[in-house]
Order: sequence, then structure tokens, then C-alpha cells
Amino acid sequence: MADKILKELTLKIWRQKDAQSKGKFESYQINNISGGTSFLEMLDILNEELISKGTEPVAFDHDCREGICGMCSMFIDGRAHGPDDDITTCQLHMRKFEDGATITIEPWRAGAFPVIKDLMVDRTAFEKILQAGGYISVNTGGVPDGNAIPISQDDAEEAMDAAACIGCGACVATCKNSSAMLFVSAKVSHLAKLPQGRVEATRRAKSMVAKMDELGFGNCTNTGACQVECPKGISIANIARLNREFLSATIKE
Amino acid sequence: MSSFLSSSIGKKLIMSLSGIFLVVFVLVHLILNSFLLFDSTGELFNAGAHFMSLPVIRFGLQPVLFGGFIIHIIYAITLTLQNMKARPQKYAVQNLSNSSTWSSRNMFVLGGLVLVFLAMHLMHFFIKMQITGEVPTTMLNGEEVHNGAKLVKDLFTTGTLGLVYTCLYVLGAILLGLHLSHGFWSAFQSIGFSNNIWRKRLEKVSYFYAFFIAAGFTIIPLYLHFFAK
Ligand code: HEM
Ligand code: SF4
Ligand code: FES
Repeated sequence: MADKILKELTLKIWRQKDAQSKGKFESYQINNISGGTSFLEMLDILNEELISKGTEPVAFDHDCREGICGMCSMFIDGRAHGPDDDITTCQLHMRKFEDGATITIEPWRAGAFPVIKDLMVDRTAFEKILQAGGYISVNTGGVPDGNAIPISQDDAEEAMDAAACIGCGACVATCKNSSAMLFVSAKVSHLAKLPQGRVEATRRAKSMVAKMDELGFGNCTNTGACQVECPKGISIANIARLNREFLSATIKE
Repeated sequence: MSSFLSSSIGKKLIMSLSGIFLVVFVLVHLILNSFLLFDSTGELFNAGAHFMSLPVIRFGLQPVLFGGFIIHIIYAITLTLQNMKARPQKYAVQNLSNSSTWSSRNMFVLGGLVLVFLAMHLMHFFIKMQITGEVPTTMLNGEEVHNGAKLVKDLFTTGTLGLVYTCLYVLGAILLGLHLSHGFWSAFQSIGFSNNIWRKRLEKVSYFYAFFIAAGFTIIPLYLHFFAK
């Protein structure tokens, strides 16, 4: 079957020179895009055209282009990573759009994720949360024996599911409260489920939540939108676990 | 402890505990009101209302109830203001309808409307029965007590206003039901009592409870308006 061709698309893209400028939407026409083109490739094509016309290309984040790094962001037609479930923007294809459509493309919007330029936002806030406790302290030495610490299959699976988080920020971008709870809960959970992570569990929950609050993310009101838009299907069951971890950490103090 | 109470999860815990407390209160309230359906003489209801105005309840439980409401409302305002501030620049296009329920996105609006209803409701009954005392009386087991049942019936049956109040009370019940359809399971999630299995169960209980409350508080004014003249 021949791939569908989108003869004409209108792109309404947020343009912002730098963090200090105000920014506004600009409209661009783009023609003859094949349905098999990925969304980022479509933007590459647009940028080629802009460059050849001598205009500033649209800045957007991307790296792996295979859904594992979490760099590609973008709020497309009102949804994080656009109109498809469980994917990143680099995995979104133009066949999801209709010919003649107008596509609105915005950067992630959250006080804690300031715009750097156009569609790029600064997600350092996530790094700061991780630095506050999203790790385990390991003494150097010989490699430990593979099966020295037995871990049940269920725990291993749950830890692995939480560890799938790629730190893309779609949860924050989607959440009506700009809450980072899904991200933090994934980062707390993948360690909380493993014996190696339990050692520092109390300190971890407290300092990561404190950092999250300090950086100006909103409070979770359990709307559940984050888990629907998360490209890695991180479940809000992790948020319940984070709440438990945090409450028990407070009681233990 | 103070850092706990000022943390986002701490505030959510207070929100959920006060919410669960109000959930229990609402259920007790509905059970008492249902006496109006089961006994058309109103005696059963008056006995219940009389019990509720005993000093132990008035001076013991009532302040706790008011405290619960006030805490719930103060934290609702604080959380909502913070959440609004967390996104200084809004999206031009945002579509949340396929990722979350309408009620979950409008808890503050729903709660606020419930509060408006509550103010009117307190003026109709609570203030008259427990403060000013301008209520008809009746005899119950040789004791003169407030005839709350008559007060309620009169409100819903007197003139055109009776119909207006019936509609307003039905609306109030629906708003409360919507608030609870999200609030009930959300409260358990906030406490940490949830996982992938329990969330689905709690959501079902949540819808059932919310429907039960909304239907209960809807049937009573409708019944009184149409059948108790
Ligand atoms: C009888 C009345 C009420 C009951 C039974 C009730 C119950 C609840 C419950 C169970 C929750 C969930 C708590 C959580 O997610 O942890 C909740 C949340 C909420 N309530 Fe109420 N509520 C009532 C009245 C009000 C009023 C008068 C307001 C006033 C403004 C209000 C505002 C809110 C808000 C904004 C939330 C969401 C907060 C959040 O999820 O973080 N509620 N309510
Ligand atoms: S939880 Fe999901 S949406 Fe949030 S940062 Fe991780 S992968 Fe992205
Ligand atoms: S570019 Fe790496 S996830 Fe999209």
C-alpha cells in the first residue's frame, strides 16, 4: 500500500528567541509530506526550507530518535508527544494527521521548565531532583556475586517497570498542576522495590520530594492524565507508593 | 513535622483525611435524612434530629465537623493556588479529555459550588434549628422537640419557591456526587492505600458511593415535593 501523502499542512509553531523574550506563534505551510515521515523528520524538512529561505530554523530537542532518550518534547495539538498513546514525539508519524490540517506545536509549559528557545525547554529541574536522592551509594570494590541478593520476580518486574522512565517530562507537561509526581514516584519506586535501594529509602523519599516542591512543581490531585500520556506507561500506582514511602519516612523520623 | 505539613504530600494527606472525614459525615447525614422517606409522620426524623442536637453532639462533634470543613477548604484553596502558579504560561491548545475525568479536573469548582449550596442549606435548617430556634415544635415521647420534619417538608412544598428549592437541592446533590466520584478514590491514593489492583476497585466503590449519595439526596426533596403535600 502506498503511504498516504499529506499535500498541505499548516504548522502553528511557538517561536521564542531566548529565555528572556516573550515569544509568539508563527504559521508555516509545508507540502507533500509522506505518512511514513516521523514528526521530527517533518520538522527537519521544514527547517531545511527555512534555512534555504534564510530564516532561523525552529529549535527543538531530540537525540536518539528511537524513543529511549526522552529528549524530544513538544506539546502537539493539545497533547504531550501528540495524538498517539505510549510514544515519544520521535515515534509519532505523520500518518496520524489528516491532509489540510493545522497542527499547533508548543513547548512543554511549566514554571519549573523554562523555555530556552522555540520548542526547547530547560529540564534541569529533573536532574536536581535526581541529585537530591535518586541514586544508591555503592562502595567501590569487586563486582558482587550475581545472585547474592535474592529478589522476587514480582519485585524485579515492578522495579524494572518503574525504571523504564526516560525523564522526558511529559507527565509534568500534561498535568494540569504541572506536578512532577509521576517522574519522582518512578525514580523512588525503582529503587524502593530493591533491597539495594531500601538502605537509603527514608532519606531518598524525603529529599526528592522536598526538592520537587522547592523547584515549583505543583501538587498532585490524582487526575491520572500523566500515566495516560507517559510514553513508558509508568503507572500512578507508583505515586501511591511514593506517598507511602514519604509518609513512613516522616513517621520514622 | 512542620516541613511535613508544608510539603506537597503532607498537604495532600490533610486534604484526604479531612475529605474522608466529610465522606463519613455525608453518609451519616443521608441515613438520617432517609428517615423522612421511611416515616411520613416525621417522628423518626425528629427523633434523629433531636439526638443530633444533644449537648454531647452539639458541643463535642459539631466543632470537629466545622473544623473538618474549614481545614478541607483552606487546604483546597492553598493547593489550588499553588497549582495555578506552577504553570505561569498556559497552553494555547490543551486537550485533557481523553486522559482524565472532568470531575478530577474541576474539584475546586465543584467544591466551591458545594460550599455555596452549603451556605444556603445551613440558612434553611441548621441556623433555624440550632441557633435562632424559629422552628415549629411537636411532642415526642412526652417531650417538646423541634419539628424538623415539618420545616423540611414546608421548604420543599410551599408555593413556587418549593419547586425552586427542590431543584436547587437536587443540583447540590449532583455537584456533591461529582466531587465525590473523584474525591473518594483520590483520598485513598493520597494516603498511599492503592496499587494497580486496588485503584480499579476503589474507583468502582467511588462511583458507587458518589451515585448512592447523589441519588439519595436527590430522591428526598423530590419525594417530599411531589408526594408529601
Ligand atoms: C461535604 C462536602 C465535601 C466532601 C465530602 C469532600 C470530599 C473530598 C474528598 C474525599 C477529596 C479527595 C481528597 C484527596 O484527593 O486526597 C476532596 C478533594 C477536594 N475537595 Fe472536597 N469535599 C467536600 C467539600 C468541599 C468544599 C466545600 C470544597 C471547597 C472549596 C472542596 C474542595 C476540594 C478540592 C479543591 C479537592 C481537590 C484537592 C486535591 O485533590 O488535592 N471540597 N474532597
Ligand atoms: S514518568 Fe513517564 S512521562 Fe514522566 S518523565 Fe518518566 S517517562 Fe516521561
Ligand atoms: S529523541 Fe530520544 S526519545 Fe525521542
